[in-house]
Parts: sequence; C-alpha cells; structure tokens
Amino acid sequence: MKDCLMIGMSGWRKWGWVALFLAPSLIGLMVFIVLPILTSFWVSFQDWNLLSPPKFIWVENYQSLLNDNAFWRSMGYTLQFIVIYVPGAFACGLALALFLNQKIPGILVVRTATFLPVVASWVVVSLIWKWLFNPAYGLINYGLAGVGIEGPAWLFETNTALLAIVITSIWKDMGYIALLYLGGLQNISEVFYEAAEIDGASRWQILRYVTLPLLTPTMFFVLITLLINYFQMFEQVWLMPMRDSAADRQLEVVVTEVVKNAFSYNRMGYASAMSWVLFAIIFAITFVQLRLQKAWVYYETE
Amino acid sequence: MKPSKLGVRLVQISIMVFLVLLMVLPFLWMLSTSLKSQQYILQTTPQLIPDPLTFESYTQLADRVNLGRTFFNSTFVALVTMVGQLVISSMAAYAFSRMEWRGRNTLFVLYLATMMIPSVVLVIPQFILVRSLGWVNSYAALIIPSLSSAFGTFLLRQFFMGLPKDFEEAAFIDGANYFTIFWRVTLPLAQPALATLAIFSFMGSWNAYLWPLFAARREEVMTLPIALATLQAGPRALTEWNMVMAGSVVSVIPILVVYLLAQRWFVQGVVSSGIKG
Repeated sequence: MKDCLMIGMSGWRKWGWVALFLAPSLIGLMVFIVLPILTSFWVSFQDWNLLSPPKFIWVENYQSLLNDNAFWRSMGYTLQFIVIYVPGAFACGLALALFLNQKIPGILVVRTATFLPVVASWVVVSLIWKWLFNPAYGLINYGLAGVGIEGPAWLFETNTALLAIVITSIWKDMGYIALLYLGGLQNISEVFYEAAEIDGASRWQILRYVTLPLLTPTMFFVLITLLINYFQMFEQVWLMPMRDSAADRQLEVVVTEVVKNAFSYNRMGYASAMSWVLFAIIFAITFVQLRLQKAWVYYETE
Repeated sequence: MKPSKLGVRLVQISIMVFLVLLMVLPFLWMLSTSLKSQQYILQTTPQLIPDPLTFESYTQLADRVNLGRTFFNSTFVALVTMVGQLVISSMAAYAFSRMEWRGRNTLFVLYLATMMIPSVVLVIPQFILVRSLGWVNSYAALIIPSLSSAFGTFLLRQFFMGLPKDFEEAAFIDGANYFTIFWRVTLPLAQPALATLAIFSFMGSWNAYLWPLFAARREEVMTLPIALATLQAGPRALTEWNMVMAGSVVSVIPILVVYLLAQRWFVQGVVSSGIKG
C-alpha cells in the first residue's frame, strides 16, 4: 500500500510502534476472550464442580446432554420463542420502518420514542412489563376488561407467559430493527422509484415490486441477527415469570439452563458442553441461512 | 387540502400518536406507580396521575438498597470501562488501519471471529478465570474483562480507513511521531466514531446483567440492574411494585437522558454496526 505512513521505516522501530499501539488490546483479547474460549472447550470435557480438581471424562458431558430432558425442554422452549418472536419482530420492525421512512412532520419524535425501549436495560423493561402483565392490578388486564375480555394469568401460566415475554421482546426490539431497515431503505436509489412512477405503478405495486425486493439484503441481515440473538435470549426469561408459578418452573431457555447448571449446581463441565452445543446450533443455522440466501435475497450487483 | 389528503394525514397522525403512546406509556406508568403509596397501586381502577402523590417508595427503596453506593458503582464501572475501551480500541484500530505489518489481516480476522462467540460460552470460563485471580466481587471483575473490545476495534478501524490520510502525512513529513499524529491528528478527526463507541460502551456496562449477576454479587460492588432485580419479593410476600418501579426509574433515567442528548450517535452506531453483516 503506497498510502501507508510507514514508508522508509523498517526493522525493530516499526515493530516497536506496532507493539505499542496493539499490545493493550491484544493482551486483553488473548487473556479475557481467546484464553476463556479455549478453557471453555477444555472444561466441556471435564467433570468439575470448582471445588475438587477437574476430572477428564471424554465426551460424557455431551453424551449426557443427549438424554437430558431438561436440556431438550429448554431447547424446545427456545424454538417456540423463536417461532413466535422472529416473524413478529421481523414484520413489526419492517412496518415501523416503512412508516418512519415517510417525510411527515413530527416523524422524528416517533423515531425517538420507538428507540427509548432499546436503550433501557432488559432488567428495567422486564420489571415494567411484569407489572403491566399483573393479572389483578396490571394495566393490560384492565384494558382487556374494558373491552369485555377477562385477561389471563399471564406470567403465572407457561403458555401465556411465553406470549407475554414475546410481546415484551417485540416492544423492546422494534425500534432497533426498524432502524436497521431504515438504513436499507435509505440506500435504495431514487432512480428505481422514479422509473416505477413513470411506468404508472401504484403505491402498493412500488412497495411490492421495487422496495421489498431491493430491501432483501437488509431483511436477510435482520433475520440472521434476530436468530442469533434469540437463541441466546436470557434476561426476560430469567426475570419475568412469577416466582414459583407454573411458568417459573416450566419456562427455561438454553441460556437459563446453562446458567443454572453452572452457577446453581456448580456443574461447570456440563454447562460448558451445553454452551458449545448452543454455539454449534447457532453456527449451523447461520451457515444454512447463508446458503439459502441465494433463493430470495436480491443483490443489485448480480 | 383535498379531502382525501386530509384523510391520509389524519390516519398518519393517529398512527404516530398510537406509536408514541405505545412506546412511552409503559415508562409513564412506571413513573406514576413509583409515586403512589402501596394501597393506591393495588386498585382495580388504575389512575395515571398519582393522587395523592408521594415519594415514600423512594425512601423505602433507599432503606432496602444502598442507593448511593449502587448508583456510584454503576457510574464508576460504566465510565472507567468506557474510557478504557476508547483508548485501547482506538490504539489497536490505528495499528490495524495506519500501520503495515505482516500478519495484520490474519489478526484482524481473529478479532472478528471472537465477535461471533456467544456471551454464554464466555461467561463460565471468564468466571473461572476471574475467580482464580481472586477478583470475584471486585470492580476489577466488572471492568477489566471488557476493556479490550473487538467490536470497538472493528468500529474505529472501519472509520479510520475512511479518513483521508493527507493531514497525517503532512504531520509525518513535518517530523511528528506516530503517537503525536495519533493523538493530535487522527483522534480529533475520529470524534463521531469515538462518540458512537463511547455511548455503546456506556450503555453496555450500565445495562449489563448476566456477567455482574455472578461476578459481583456483594453490595459494595453491586450495580443497579442486579440490585433492582433483587427487589422482587419472595414467593409469599407481596412485591412492592411502587418500590420496584422507583428503582426502575432511578436506573433508567440516566441512560434515557444520555440517549436523548446524544441521539445522533446512537443512530449512527446502530447503522454502522448493521453494516458489518
């Protein structure tokens, strides 16, 4: 590279500068990210409760996982969350982005408002919605009663808790997803819209045949992000179900299961193995998505 | 205005009002609940404006948790992490974008690869590491593991790559060394990217839950989210929702203020982190 500032400098002086700038970051990365990744992989082959020395047990942790009902149940609930949340969040985020993309006076206020839940912590959001979903005194069942529906016990029962958590999650993430879509929408060249208007296309036709196809790369990115994030969902499932209710006993996702095994039962090896299985699943799904994208993602350059 | 246009406008306005209410009402309800006394929140007809208005839930909150200490912990951890990440990431980003050395691209790919590892894979071995260093329940556990940020390095490196090098080359010809150039020329030009990283970093530590939940449980180092989650009562005792909401108000107000003041950088951060995919 010609434009590099290092022309004429060589040997130990150059490496000295590189080391000076890179060392703090590289040491931190090696000690607190790379080393733990390797440790975790090693620990996943051990039987270890942190108190007695670790015992190497080959793939026994992974084998026990196969027959662990609690693990598969948590995987089942994770998939249930994903099956409801991902299409919901995908569609709500897209609708919100299409709305925010219009030039209406005051639209920036709406964009600011939709981003408030994104910056709030999951703990705060979980607690606010836990209070809103309170069966007796919550605002939601009060609203439902107003239209003549007797609201369910929400965070006490497994199925309704699942729904309540999905609603909360969509509410929290909508603004973030919309912002990702807005980036994509603003990248679509005006030329396409002008051409469509000259051809006399209706607003609906423009949306269907111009905007949405050109937005597929962003949709693809959003889909992958949502899948990766929600296989790892944790806080809302950990915090929202009412203590000691059926929902609390039943509703586990993979990450809460990992955390319980590691920090409640001190099964470090087993929990690590579980976390690697989760990583493998996320990796496989992302890989499959990358292969499938040719079928529906439209890249302008092709 | 034509009647049909007026109709469209009305629909737009009602959607806008609906969206703002949907997003803001839960926060207002949090605030409203925190300003009521216990007997007034347990009413089947909820009132948005508290009457009588009282701050007793906040005094109650102050009795339950060491509010000053917890608030200080959250602020201290978030600020130190933020400054550390800015310094360390910008220096690494400089080495990755402005210096040429063997293995540069390979190492950068390693940085990117670490971003793919789910945090749940990291939390167990990091805990084991921090425990063996004797850092559990200390600020060190909350701050040091996140100082070196692959995301921050990536974000700033992308920004540096897009900066013109003319000023830096001029300074170099004038005999300035790398450190002077970095400090006096590059960093001032990179202010937008630094602001974005600063906000993301602050928000990340301020809101963090999973790691501090296990790394810092003692009251002396406890951060707001952890303290807040402990306010929920046990199985039989009734949760004092006015107090829980008071805690939520205290913990969410700073981040909302930061967001409203620096909205631009938030938006830019989301958009630029979106591009990485």
